[in-house]
This record gives sequence, C-alpha cells and structure tokens, in this order.
Amino acid sequence: MLFNFATALVFLIFGGLFVLLNLGISRILQARNPHPVKISTYECGELPEGESWIQFNIRFYVVALVFLIFEVEIIFLFPWALVFKDLGLFAFVEMMIFVFILLVGLAYVWAKGDLDWDKPQSVPAPELSQSYEQKEVTETVDS
Amino acid sequence: MIPILFFFFAAVAIASGIMMIVHRNPIYCALFLILTLFAVAGLYVLLNAPFIAAVHIIVYAGAIMVLFLFVIMLLDLKSETSRQRPGGLPRILSIIMSGVLLAELVLFLRSGTANLPLVEGDLIIGSTKEIGNLLFTEYLFPFEITSVLLLSSIIGSVILARLKLK
Repeated sequence: MLFNFATALVFLIFGGLFVLLNLGISRILQARNPHPVKISTYECGELPEGESWIQFNIRFYVVALVFLIFEVEIIFLFPWALVFKDLGLFAFVEMMIFVFILLVGLAYVWAKGDLDWDKPQSVPAPELSQSYEQKEVTETVDS
Repeated sequence: MIPILFFFFAAVAIASGIMMIVHRNPIYCALFLILTLFAVAGLYVLLNAPFIAAVHIIVYAGAIMVLFLFVIMLLDLKSETSRQRPGGLPRILSIIMSGVLLAELVLFLRSGTANLPLVEGDLIIGSTKEIGNLLFTEYLFPFEITSVLLLSSIIGSVILARLKLK
C-alpha cells in the first residue's frame, strides 16, 4: 500500500524540482533593472491603484465557513464510495440520511439570506479628464 | 527508504514550523503552516494511514487554511508586519502556554511511550476501504450523529458570523 504513494512522492519531488529549476534559470539569465513602473503590480495593462493588501468583504468568510462544513461531508463520501458495492442499498440509505440532515443546514443558511450577496453600490465612473500620462507621472513620483 | 523519508518529512515540518513562527508577514506564516501540514500528512502516509493523510490535506491545508487566510485579510494586519513584541498579559499567557507544551513534550519523551516498537508491514486497518467498512456497519450511529454535529456547527458558525456583520 505504501508503494502506491511512491507515485505521489515522485510527482511531488519532480514538481518541486521543476519550479526550483525554472526559477533558478530565470534568476541566472535575467537582467535586473528595477524601475518603479516595472515592479508595480501587474493589472492587465491598467495602472494599479492602492495596494494588493485590501480588506476582503466579510461575505466571503461566510461562504468559506459553509464550504468547510460541506467539505467535511465530502470526506465521508470517499470511504462510502469504496464500500458502496459491498453494502448496497443499506449504505445508500445511510448516506442519503446523512446528506439530508446537512441539506437542512444549507436550506437554513439559504432561507435566512446568509448566502445573499449585497452588491456594492456602483461607483460613478472616475473623470476621464485625468489622462494616462498624468497619472503615470504621479504614480512614479509617489513610489 | 522509510527512515529517510521520515527524517525528510520531519525536517520539512520542523523547518517550516520555525519559519511560520519567525516570519514577519502573516500571509507567509500561513503558507509555511500549509507546508508543515503537508509534511505531517507525509508522516501519516508513512504510518499506513492514507485516509488521515488525505483528510489532513483536504480539510486542514485546504479549507481551514482558507479560513485563516480570510481572517488575516479581514483584519487589518499591516501594522503587524512591523512587529513589536507583545507585552503585558499576552506575553505572560504565551510564555505559560509554551511552557505547558514543553512540559508535556518532556513528560511524553520520559514516559517511554515514544520508545515503543513500531508495527511493521502493511496494516489494513488504516486503509480507506477498511475505514468505510467499519464506519458504515459497526459505527453507523456515531456516523449519523456526526451529521447532526455538522448541522449544528454550520448553523452556529453562520449565526456568529452574522452577529459580527451587524
């Protein structure tokens, strides 16, 4: 049984080596001329505004909590799937009861509106008079 | 081969654990904790407990670390990156807690439990299929009760999160 995990280990080792090798090669070959514009966050061509460290909407946290519970439920499905053939209908009914009880929780969270997403108010578009060049100059001076 | 792997995983776990404590950026601390969890999962595999290893990675390194990262991102920890040493009560409490952990470790090592011989060979008991067999026949009732426990935790956690929102 341990031997089956040798595949995973080899995969892990080669995955790590692949990343390290590529980063190492680029470290050796790259030219390093840091410039405030070059090292700024890449935003698909847009000029970045503010820092990357923002406060997340707390709504994400509630979704993550619900996700955690249902992930624990999924964990129980793995051994169930392996013995399903042997136990047959009995296992099926068991798991249906299990899933149903948890679905009550999902129904509760859903009905109480905890999954509703309060959309942020649409912010009026910023003035377009501020041209790209002006902005770039100020950004460069700031950093 | 197995002792080498054991020392490899143990070294990774300890090294990334130390990095988790000493690193200044909380996000990097969380990522090092994920590395520690992966190394510990490797130790579980070596102990013939692949199911526990998978659960460890999926639940702890996956879901719980997501929650940790969310908390780090929700709190404004930017000032924490220029870390001042905590003083007063937090400091005293942390010294007491780590002292208790150290005492536990010393007692465990002195008790001789750590020197018990390892059971060699392929154990069937830790395999996912065997767990499923036991879980869905002998321990059926505890398994169904688990769903009630999960139900109460989903409702409780969501209510607590909702209180914080308002």
